[in-house]
Amino acid sequence: MITVSSLLDDHWHERYKKISKLNIRSSIYDVTNRCNLRCKGCFFFSSGEHEVAPEEKDIEKWHEFVEKEMDRGVNLAILIGGEPTLCLDRVEAFYKRLPTFCATNGLIKVPRDRFPDMMVGISLWGDADDEKTLRGNDTFVVSSANYEGDPHAYYLYTITPKQLGKTEHIIKKIKDVGLKVHMQLLSNDEGVDGFTWQPEELVAIREEMDSMLDTYPETVISSKYYHEIITTGKMLGRSFGWAECPSVTEPLDNRDPRPKRLTNFIRWSSGLDSMHRCCTSETRDCRTCKDGAAHMSWVMVNKRAHIKTTKDLQNWIEVYEMFAKLYQFIPW
Amino acid sequence: MSNDTNATITRIAEIIIDELKLEDVTPASFDPDLDLVDEVGVDSMDLATIALVLRDEYSIRIDEDDYPKLTTVRFIAEYIIDKQNSSE
Ligand code: SF4
Ligand code: SF4
Repeated sequence: MITVSSLLDDHWHERYKKISKLNIRSSIYDVTNRCNLRCKGCFFFSSGEHEVAPEEKDIEKWHEFVEKEMDRGVNLAILIGGEPTLCLDRVEAFYKRLPTFCATNGLIKVPRDRFPDMMVGISLWGDADDEKTLRGNDTFVVSSANYEGDPHAYYLYTITPKQLGKTEHIIKKIKDVGLKVHMQLLSNDEGVDGFTWQPEELVAIREEMDSMLDTYPETVISSKYYHEIITTGKMLGRSFGWAECPSVTEPLDNRDPRPKRLTNFIRWSSGLDSMHRCCTSETRDCRTCKDGAAHMSWVMVNKRAHIKTTKDLQNWIEVYEMFAKLYQFIPW
Repeated sequence: MSNDTNATITRIAEIIIDELKLEDVTPASFDPDLDLVDEVGVDSMDLATIALVLRDEYSIRIDEDDYPKLTTVRFIAEYIIDKQNSSE
């Protein structure tokens, strides 16, 4: 029988041992239905998720809710929105109790005296032109001033098809402000002209992402296997989509047969009493979904399928390490 | 080790091989001390599937909270025998 030890040398086995016991159990929380931007293609607003439930305004209810989430076994809170920094009291309800990640557009600085080591992921949608087209504002100017050199922050760089051939410029800008970057692909939920990926563009961007990782290994937090999977939508000959997605809210998951999935995963609305279908847009077509976290998780939950060859298992380890670094379970 | 324990170990190995469709291993060659989670990649969904078969076969209930303890075929066998004895 093929076992982990039979596939890995000492170096890889050590790396494997560091992550194999982590048992990360994440859930995602909409902290608010409001944002200080309105980006074209924002999955949250374009799918009407901001209208699903009125926000819970009583902070005591948030504290009680987080306690209940911990009882459910959640050990990583991923905060999204809207813009979580508009409601720091709610963010604090999580941060005081749990490893917490906060996604933000970076326009408001998370006060480090109150949240000294909370991991912050700052969204960036391309170069200044793309940012102005899609978000009405070049957010990098503000966010990089807010977070320059912060060891607990990184850029979540959403690459658009218009970025082909230009990603190095962005990676360099991020490196120059002393931050790290993780790359993902735009899903273009609002069908903005020219921002939908064509097959040949996906081939080209995969090469470019690989090259960025090779050239800037200290800055780019990624793995080539992740690039392969997110650009092809294929893993071990299987296709990503509804039937395989690991990031479906568990109580709403009526798939039969059930695929490998995140244990107890729920994406909660900011009303705290209703849930969304999955980690991203409720209305997105799963066949074109490029959600980075869902693709990463797809690899992670399919560990046994990767215990086949040394290369497959090394690929799995690299993706798991990438996730563990992005959420501060292991150091950069 | 009693014959009962040995038989339970072999039967559990057989169930795991069948349910997880493991290749190149037989119930007799399955190392009962092999770490199923670390070495074979068994996860909580796999354990839930295996637990259902064990429940029907041995008429015992396996609590989800106990999954972290069930890391080898031998531990599963001991767990089952314990449960059976305590319900007698
Ligand atoms: S900053 Fe984020 S939440 Fe706000 S509109 Fe843009 S994508 Fe949506
Ligand atoms: S839209 Fe993406 S993340 Fe959501 S269920 Fe479909 S494939 Fe999964």
